[in-house]
Amino acid sequence: MGLEAGLRLLRRRKGRGPESVFRAGLSLSGFLPLLILLGIVAVLWRASGPARGAFGLRFFWGRVWDPVHEVFGALPFVYGTIVTSVLAVLFGVPVALGSALFVVEIAPRRVRSLLTPVLDLLAGVPSVVYGLWGMFYLVPFLSSRVEPLLRRAFGFSPLFSCTGAQFNYLAGGVILSVMILPTVASICREVFLAVPTELKEGAMALGATRWDVVRMVTFPVARGGVIGAIFLGLARALGETMAVTMVVGNRPEISACLFAPGYTAAAALANEFTEAAGDVHLASLVYLALALMFVTFLVNLIARLLVWKVTGGEERGLR
Amino acid sequence: MARQVFGGGARLVAALGLLVAVAAGCGGEGRPGGVSPSGGRLGLPARGVALTGAGATFPYPLYSRWFEEYSRLVPGADINYQSIGSGGGIKQITEGTVDFGASDAPLSDEQLAKAPDLVHIPTVAGAEAIVYNLPEVKERLKFTPAVIAGIYLGKIKSWDDPALREANPGVALPARPITVVHRSDGSGTTYIFTHYLSKASPEWKEKVGFGTSVNWPVGLGGKGNEGVAGVVRQTPGSIGYVELAYAVQNRMTYGLVRNRAGKFVEPTLRGTTAAMASVAGSMPEDLRATFTDAPGEDAYPIAGFTYILLHREQRDKEKAETLVNFLWWAVHDGQAYAEELLYAPLAPEVVKRVEEKLLAITYRGTPVLERKG
Repeated sequence: MGLEAGLRLLRRRKGRGPESVFRAGLSLSGFLPLLILLGIVAVLWRASGPARGAFGLRFFWGRVWDPVHEVFGALPFVYGTIVTSVLAVLFGVPVALGSALFVVEIAPRRVRSLLTPVLDLLAGVPSVVYGLWGMFYLVPFLSSRVEPLLRRAFGFSPLFSCTGAQFNYLAGGVILSVMILPTVASICREVFLAVPTELKEGAMALGATRWDVVRMVTFPVARGGVIGAIFLGLARALGETMAVTMVVGNRPEISACLFAPGYTAAAALANEFTEAAGDVHLASLVYLALALMFVTFLVNLIARLLVWKVTGGEERGLR
Repeated sequence: MARQVFGGGARLVAALGLLVAVAAGCGGEGRPGGVSPSGGRLGLPARGVALTGAGATFPYPLYSRWFEEYSRLVPGADINYQSIGSGGGIKQITEGTVDFGASDAPLSDEQLAKAPDLVHIPTVAGAEAIVYNLPEVKERLKFTPAVIAGIYLGKIKSWDDPALREANPGVALPARPITVVHRSDGSGTTYIFTHYLSKASPEWKEKVGFGTSVNWPVGLGGKGNEGVAGVVRQTPGSIGYVELAYAVQNRMTYGLVRNRAGKFVEPTLRGTTAAMASVAGSMPEDLRATFTDAPGEDAYPIAGFTYILLHREQRDKEKAETLVNFLWWAVHDGQAYAEELLYAPLAPEVVKRVEEKLLAITYRGTPVLERKG
């Protein structure tokens, strides 16, 4: 009774003193990201004016990028962004999940305390370093070791049959997968660690093996958090600039073949922005940035719908 | 266009080390002899005058050296330069947020229309080397304009193409496919190279044209000189273009190019200055000149100026005096620093034209520099 009275008193005092400052501060922090996002979109919208006027929505399926004759189309960049990011998730997420599960479920304490900081360190490596590593090590390795194998095994498929180049979508996807690995793995690790031990012990008491526990307890409980981790990884892959541009070949063309050189929107922005001279060129780059944001939004939306379907409409994040 | 030196075994480590070195803006040590203040031209500012400039990355190592030397000669002259790229430099000087801009390519008519009183001051020139990776061939390869254009148009696809064999008699050229490499970032290097291709091939001029970035018919893009060099190194059978300084410092294999006089010439600073001298007489009034494919026996055909841009009518007297005096020093005594940093110094004929431009810079209608004699 006393507690309820106290709460009532507090509620009445709401809107005054430190409480109100606290609430206002939190609300401001809560809405700030939204305001920043709206601000960015507004600026991009305004600055892309000349390009929107010149190309309209045709920009999104135009395949030519010609700064000299001022013809600009975003499709090869959008396509390359999606292909490399999807590859990154395909390659990176399974390894990240495996690494997180290993640390949480199997690894002895000492190994865990070694692996955890290593992953966090990996997350902090600057992307230009990944790029240099990609250029001097990963690209030659992929083209001399991995690609011949893929060709031999899957040469019948158009995905693996072109002559292509050493610098290609595959190299872009692989380097992105390495870059998103620590992000996804670190979050998944925390999420798995948060699964109540009693649940796991209960399952084991009923005769479940490690695999059963992971499959029937850890995963279902942590599903929301894992999906969030994948989103963050995907977002990093979509927006990554420096490392990708150093290995992807920077050729604005669309090809189904993973060995063909491609380009991504973020890489094109980084490459051309400093020297873009003409008004339409500059505006088109800004328009491309807008397109990239739109793609990111779309990919997130699709992913969320998928999640909603998978979880039967009750995705609530962790727990 | 940062200049980095790396090669051999520990390339990654060297690259990182040099990234740091370049970021620190180090050029190279050792003072060239014979540099002294030119008589009476150095206006000493009474108190500190701070100038800010922004623009091209290509001349940055030389410019930072110049600013350092000049501030030693003229205490109080404090010049800050941000190497943000030519596009940014043009934008900032057009909007008047900096005291001078810098660009590797002359302004287009469209750009000049926005700031008609901008003056182009060529400061030094750079040459570009055609680098290639052909492990089978030990001899230096020779390239004709038609061959380079053919390769970059995607028409010459193999190293044993008849056109290449004709230019290189006696060289056993392999039947390797050619991988074309170009800059993916917009750059003055690309401007000069595509400008050259437009002169070498009418088809290139019509289909692609020239600019700081273009729609390449074939090839892979590398970001910066180091990107192009990296792709060329990793890909046997590839060909690319990089700044001469970069090719020399990294001991890359580069070819000879046939000039307008029909001679195969190596890319050198001498050849660049010779090319510049041959067009000095025919430079347009505003000095927006290019000298690709220049006439003259020794002229190297793939080269161009880098410019500093400033307003003809200055708004601040002290800043104007410092800036114009600095530029006067840069195109005279400052040229002595160019060669050791692998930039081609201005030909005397060009310096004459630049002097006229500097004498025409005014503050409230009166020239900032007094005409001597």
